[in-house]
Amino acid sequence: MSENLLEIRNLHVTYKTDDDEIFALNGVDLKVKKGETLGLVGETGAGKTTMALSIMRLLPDRVGFIKQGEILLEDMNLIKVTEADMRLMRGQDVSMIFQDPMTSLNPIHTVGHQIAEVLFLHHPNAAANEIEQKVDDMMEMVGIPSDRKAEYPHQFSGGMKQRIVIAIALACNPKLLLADEPTTALDVTIQAQVLKMMNDLKDSFNASMILITHDLGVVAQICDSVAIMYAGEIIEVGSAVDIFESESHHPYTVGLFGAIPDMTKKTRRLNPIDGLMPDPTSLPLGCRFAERCPRREDICASERPSVMQMSATHGIKCHLFKRGDERATA
Amino acid sequence: MPLLETKGLKKYFETPRGLLHAVDDVNLVINAGETLGVVGESGCGKSTLGRLILRLLEPTAGEVVFDGQNILGYDQPRMKEMRKQMQIIFQDPFSSLNPRMTVSEIIAEPIKVTRALPTQDAILERVFDLMGIVGLAERFVNTYPHELDGGRRQRIGVARALALNPRFIVCDEPVSALDVSIQAQILNLMMDLQEDMGLTYMFITHDLSVVKHISNNIAVMYLGQCVELAATDELFTQPLHPYTQGLLDAIPVPSLSAKKHFNIMKGEVTSPVDPNPGCRFAPRCPRVTPSCAEQELELRERRPGHFVSCCR
Repeated sequence: MSENLLEIRNLHVTYKTDDDEIFALNGVDLKVKKGETLGLVGETGAGKTTMALSIMRLLPDRVGFIKQGEILLEDMNLIKVTEADMRLMRGQDVSMIFQDPMTSLNPIHTVGHQIAEVLFLHHPNAAANEIEQKVDDMMEMVGIPSDRKAEYPHQFSGGMKQRIVIAIALACNPKLLLADEPTTALDVTIQAQVLKMMNDLKDSFNASMILITHDLGVVAQICDSVAIMYAGEIIEVGSAVDIFESESHHPYTVGLFGAIPDMTKKTRRLNPIDGLMPDPTSLPLGCRFAERCPRREDICASERPSVMQMSATHGIKCHLFKRGDERATA
Repeated sequence: MPLLETKGLKKYFETPRGLLHAVDDVNLVINAGETLGVVGESGCGKSTLGRLILRLLEPTAGEVVFDGQNILGYDQPRMKEMRKQMQIIFQDPFSSLNPRMTVSEIIAEPIKVTRALPTQDAILERVFDLMGIVGLAERFVNTYPHELDGGRRQRIGVARALALNPRFIVCDEPVSALDVSIQAQILNLMMDLQEDMGLTYMFITHDLSVVKHISNNIAVMYLGQCVELAATDELFTQPLHPYTQGLLDAIPVPSLSAKKHFNIMKGEVTSPVDPNPGCRFAPRCPRVTPSCAEQELELRERRPGHFVSCCR
């Protein structure tokens, strides 16, 4: 068995609308090791959520299509799995935490019932009292007294609701947890509580996690490795040390860091990245970032860069690093 | 020179469960040409405070003093005149623009409502003027908001707020719905406008790194009360209130060297309905003493220009 829990190879995903075909993912390669937390970073429309939905096989029916590529979970290709088998794997092997806890819980069922539902589906022969016991355990584990299990979602605060969602996601000990902006809807003090709890639970369950976020601060706090997405591609990938401390970066990564107001320094002006992300219905021929790139060269408009390996863990998809020459270090 | 002052400003909402203290005795001063950042978690009353100052909501008690005059006594026509000087930029550029109006109609509306300019041509000229100021290309003049991305939409919101040459703008989370790279563009724009036009801002946000960047002074709110008020640098280097300290500790910093050992504030915001007497932060406070629940607290000046309401 390999040490990679999840391996994505050359994944292409498109959405079909009445007029256009939207190229959401264009050749994504990604590896997630066992027990690792990977941060998936990018702006709105970069394809982060599409990636998570592809892994869960939850792309909208007859709209989203996996065109080519492989998604290997412990050597099993998720793309080839039948829908019936996939249904058994969701929750058991892979599970997902959605962004907004206000809408991802069912308002007309008690939270205890919603945690129990996952357990019933995956252990149809389990005794009722065993399941009740497990529901109590899960609630205590996420820090909510189990005597509140008969309450409905609207009786909980935002942070508590997200804890319930996490309890549901972890109820069947999944190997891989996909967290899609799990703390964006929460306040900063609650965000810190929830992130710490997710990280502790992930360790105690010995699971891997893909944390989708646009907040580089969150990534620095809890991720082991980082992948940065732009226009449906991973343009830079590396360990947290590679991304936050190494000298060489993709110009987009540099721009992303420059745009955050820095808490430690006093600068009067921020450095936004000029322009907008390219239209996903007609992507440029060469590098997708070329149009906005401050260090663009002639080759960028015509030829798509491939991944340049800076070290064993650090890869950058940019022509600047072709020979690793002196131009590369900014 | 203070442009805007609130004195003992209160807003209570009646709810079936009791009186909801949304804003409770807030005293703030904003000097002309400066930015006051108002920070706090959701439900702490920061947006309500912004609306009270513009009289979009009627306060329960207190005073709003603008340019030396209490505007709460003003009648409708006088208030309408007053609002030319005070404007607001809303949080969500997706719901604060009328989807059935074009960009030029949206920007021209405040001018038409107040009959500030006499002719159609003059209005249109002013619209193009404003679009130039906020960095919107002229070709967007007849487009509808849904055709534009979030950053451009927020520029329309800024242009609309500037249409009547206000002196004071309440910015209610103007960048929280935007991506970081776009957020930086809008923040730069707002700072440039302040320099060029001498605007005064009240900048409401929950994002402490944004507020640090743009503000001269910061007010930290908790459950309707202002718990700490200080100059920006002072607040970030020497926070005195335990809540401010907890808030600063909770910010994730994008750097490995600054990795926090998760010094996390416990608990959640308690209910603002009929709050208990004494310090409202006491149930979550790491340094709580038995006397905290008893004494009523007031903002007191601990250091020059640094106000805190904490009994310790």
